[in-house]
Amino acid sequence: MPNNPTALTPYPVTITKIVDETSDVKTFTVEFDDPEVMENFGNKPGQVCMLSIFGEGESTISITSAPTRGKFLEFTVKRVGRLTNVMHQMEVGQKFGVRGPYGNWFPYEIMKGKDLFFVGGGFALAPIRSLIDYALSDQYRSDYGKVEVLYGARSVDDLCFKSDLAERWPKLHNTAIYTTIDRPEEAWKGHVGFVPSYVEEVAPSPENKFAIIAGPPIMIKFTLPVFAKLGFKDDQIITTLEMRMKCCLGKCGRCNIGSKFVCVDGPVFSLAQLKGMPQEY
Amino acid sequence: MLISKNDLPVLLDRILGEYEVYAPVKEHGKVEFKKISSGTQVCLQYSNSQKPPKGILFPQSEKMFCYETVQDGVRVDEICDCSKKVIWGIRPCDAKSFTILDDAFKNEQYRDPYYYKRRENTVIVGFGCNRPGATCFCTSVNSGPFDTAGSDVFLTELEDKYYVEGITEKGKEFIARYQLPDGSPDTSRIKESAVVASKVNLDGLKEKLDVNFYDEIWDSLWEKCIGCAACTYLCPTCHCFDIVEEAEGGKGCRVRNWDACMFPLFTLHGSGHNPRPSGKERVRQRIMHKFKYFQDKFQQTACVGCGRCIKNCPVNLDIRILLDAIQQRESGEGC
Repeated sequence: MPNNPTALTPYPVTITKIVDETSDVKTFTVEFDDPEVMENFGNKPGQVCMLSIFGEGESTISITSAPTRGKFLEFTVKRVGRLTNVMHQMEVGQKFGVRGPYGNWFPYEIMKGKDLFFVGGGFALAPIRSLIDYALSDQYRSDYGKVEVLYGARSVDDLCFKSDLAERWPKLHNTAIYTTIDRPEEAWKGHVGFVPSYVEEVAPSPENKFAIIAGPPIMIKFTLPVFAKLGFKDDQIITTLEMRMKCCLGKCGRCNIGSKFVCVDGPVFSLAQLKGMPQEY
Repeated sequence: MLISKNDLPVLLDRILGEYEVYAPVKEHGKVEFKKISSGTQVCLQYSNSQKPPKGILFPQSEKMFCYETVQDGVRVDEICDCSKKVIWGIRPCDAKSFTILDDAFKNEQYRDPYYYKRRENTVIVGFGCNRPGATCFCTSVNSGPFDTAGSDVFLTELEDKYYVEGITEKGKEFIARYQLPDGSPDTSRIKESAVVASKVNLDGLKEKLDVNFYDEIWDSLWEKCIGCAACTYLCPTCHCFDIVEEAEGGKGCRVRNWDACMFPLFTLHGSGHNPRPSGKERVRQRIMHKFKYFQDKFQQTACVGCGRCIKNCPVNLDIRILLDAIQQRESGEGC
């Protein structure tokens, strides 16, 4: 529950770091100007925030950092419109606003004791990265089994979080990272092919495992049947959805799927839950 | 209690001493709820206002807060409409709409301060309908021409006076202050003669909508709709909004405006993907929201049967006919 006066006013944050992920995706690390806000923020892996630039507007962006990583938030932002264009021109030291955290979170309690198989497509590794880092944190690593990440993008230039994929995550205990690009490139020595077929190739066993999937709708559409074929049950498959949002409080009326609002009842849904909802997302 | 028609302007002038008063005012042949400055402005000889009075508590455009860039950052000024208001002479359908908006503006996470601040500071004076209109269907949606739901005080029109009843504690306290003459006339004949002729059968509709998301009825229902959103803007229970920025230089305001599910931009993602790409999905959303989703969440229908969407639709789409068409269908495939 946001504790700011009207819940619709943002808290000021200062940018402390900017990483160019791709030509149109940047990751912003921010710290609240009032440290007390961070203390009480209580964000959980999978939740989202409203990023706010006075004079431009607001946009819903997932928190890509795990709360275990420190007293900061990271947001991975693709340049697609007015607000994100302005954000991409910002520099370290500049300020914008954040309100949140909003929505539900990955069922990390229920996932305890299980292996986790993550699938990300394109820039949508961002929302699941919070859970990857949570499960890989020193604090909670022993709660989870093997952590695998299968990630694909159109080209090498479109791969986000390159240092996580190539350096940070592979070095950690009991992990496996599979990276793929859609079409061959000269300098690329790794796997080439679409995400669904790569999942089929890697063929994770459904035993004692959760699959956490995020990506463009077309990737999800073709990946879900692969998991079904591998024997995953609908409640073992978790995904996170995107919708256009204005308030993030379940009031402005546009992010509903049937009777559920993605901003308060989501963004995290199991495939079992999604099958009980209209296909309107 | 009673108030003679002749004395009403004087009573309203007394109320104006303490409250902002919103009442039906006739201008250019149309009746609208306006903030009045004198009791003589009020016109209670009306069927219903063209626009619903929801805008008094949920303005069509409202500044939530304003900001200004100052030397050490940004100064934010919260805006609070804390004035005491009376809405005088609101029809029972519109009074009931506030009970629906009450649900819409709160959930477990959030209670909208802008709406609720006004709501708590407002006395709603309902006004029974002696002559319901041709497009009214309030009796089909658990209401009626003398339904007091949502009203704090209720007026019934008699020949030369109004019967004034305090409904809620707030209403009783309000009306006691003005020391009106006692009286409780027999209003049963007036109530009996106020017939709402138009009916919609809602029995079993919710159960149909529970399973007919993919029914082919939706392929044709929307075809006439031009997506103008007149139905949505004029609906007393529609409450979706947009949040926009009005800024110039280092100064500006964050503004909340009415928005409508009938517009394609309402759900358009930054990526270009749109989960409700055509009129079919948007008309389905509007009907589903009113008669299923809102019921799922709050156990009441988000329609009060005021008939404004029927009267004002430029292509004569009639919600009564749409609902009947859905009712005619066998239950569709489940979702």
